[in-house]
Amino acid sequence: MQLSKKMRIDEAKKYVADKLHVTPLDLSDPCIMRLLREELDIGTITGVPGVAKGIAAKARIAQLLDIEINCVEQFKKKTGLHY
Amino acid sequence: MAKILTRMGDNSNVEFTIDELRQEFIDGSEFAAKKAKVPPLTENEIDWLVDVFAAPTRIWGVERGHEVVMTKDGCVNALNSSQISSGVVAPVNREVGVRLFESMLGFDSMEVSHNDYSVKPQRFLKKLEMLHVEILQETTIFPLLYGFMPNLGLYFKTDGPFDNPYDLMQQGQIKESQETQEAAGAKCLEDCIEMSDCMVEMGADGIDYDTVASTGDGEFAAVLKSTEHVAKETGMPVEIGMSTEMVTGIHGSVEYNGKRLAGMWPHQQLQVCEEAGVSIFGPVSTTSTKKSTPWNLGKALVFVKSCTDIAKVPIHPNVGMGVGGVPMFETPAVDVVTRCSAAMIEIGKADGL
Repeated sequence: MQLSKKMRIDEAKKYVADKLHVTPLDLSDPCIMRLLREELDIGTITGVPGVAKGIAAKARIAQLLDIEINCVEQFKKKTGLHY
Repeated sequence: MAKILTRMGDNSNVEFTIDELRQEFIDGSEFAAKKAKVPPLTENEIDWLVDVFAAPTRIWGVERGHEVVMTKDGCVNALNSSQISSGVVAPVNREVGVRLFESMLGFDSMEVSHNDYSVKPQRFLKKLEMLHVEILQETTIFPLLYGFMPNLGLYFKTDGPFDNPYDLMQQGQIKESQETQEAAGAKCLEDCIEMSDCMVEMGADGIDYDTVASTGDGEFAAVLKSTEHVAKETGMPVEIGMSTEMVTGIHGSVEYNGKRLAGMWPHQQLQVCEEAGVSIFGPVSTTSTKKSTPWNLGKALVFVKSCTDIAKVPIHPNVGMGVGGVPMFETPAVDVVTRCSAAMIEIGKADGL
């Protein structure tokens, strides 16, 4: 959000928290975010079989946050996938 | 009276009484305020800093909920480079290193770059650089920026083809010195644009221009023009990290949007960077090894606050070896690194580091 939307930290946290239906404080809570990340299938820090990784996780993050991520757009172009 | 143990700018230990500690912060703050003609730290802010530095705990941190994100320069140099980058010469390549920074070290973003960190040598490795960004984008989740130092100095003899402006100045050839900087600046701009543009198709999340204006106002002008091109023509976000607190007037007359770049302080640098279209700005305050960490931190916080008070974009002050109050030492002590970092967020109101 800081890079693509030039949002300052409080605005960026609120935007992401609203999209994920949590509070800004929750975003830095590993207990809450670990479970939420797995539930949303947006990648986890530790290796979990079957959970989205790399470009797959970023594609889901782009949808969840309603933003364009450059490499996801490039991936769509290369693969002909559109969603 | 009990003494408080802290550090000098060279990382060595130093002891202060509580009154001496307070005076160090005040002196550093007033030094910066006078130089940049901006407000010094307030009484309450000094009180907070004194409490933090007087606490006997080894490390410090921010209040829960005040966490910020980090951007990074120098790629994985801390892993596989040597002493000059605080590197441990680990047998780890760039792809593995970036993965480790993401998952094991918990970084929020990463910059991909070559060990030889200036745009001039990186341009010769363009295809390799593109491939590594492309491959890493498929295997990582956090934002990846591609980065380099514009380092205009490498374009001058004996390292490059252009006449050396410092030699010309010594001979009294001021006009010729300015002309060679303008010619080298045009070539540097061309290289910055070439290496930035090629990363758009590789899926980079942004470009990081690091250690900007290390060769003065001519270099700063090239970076601003490159930022303007990248941000407005490609839409790719740009982060600019400066090299020191004041832009040196090696040319002296270079302007951007009618503003003379020589002598600009951080809050003035921010304004021209915003005009160019920057997404994240990184102000710098360099550490004096002869002064204490409290003095250096007081100085750095004034510069950072002068930016965060007026910024329209996120501010990520440079807080590392030799900048942002942190001692100039290859392994700066964690007691002052954590205190400087926390102060940048709680007092400096930084959006990231």
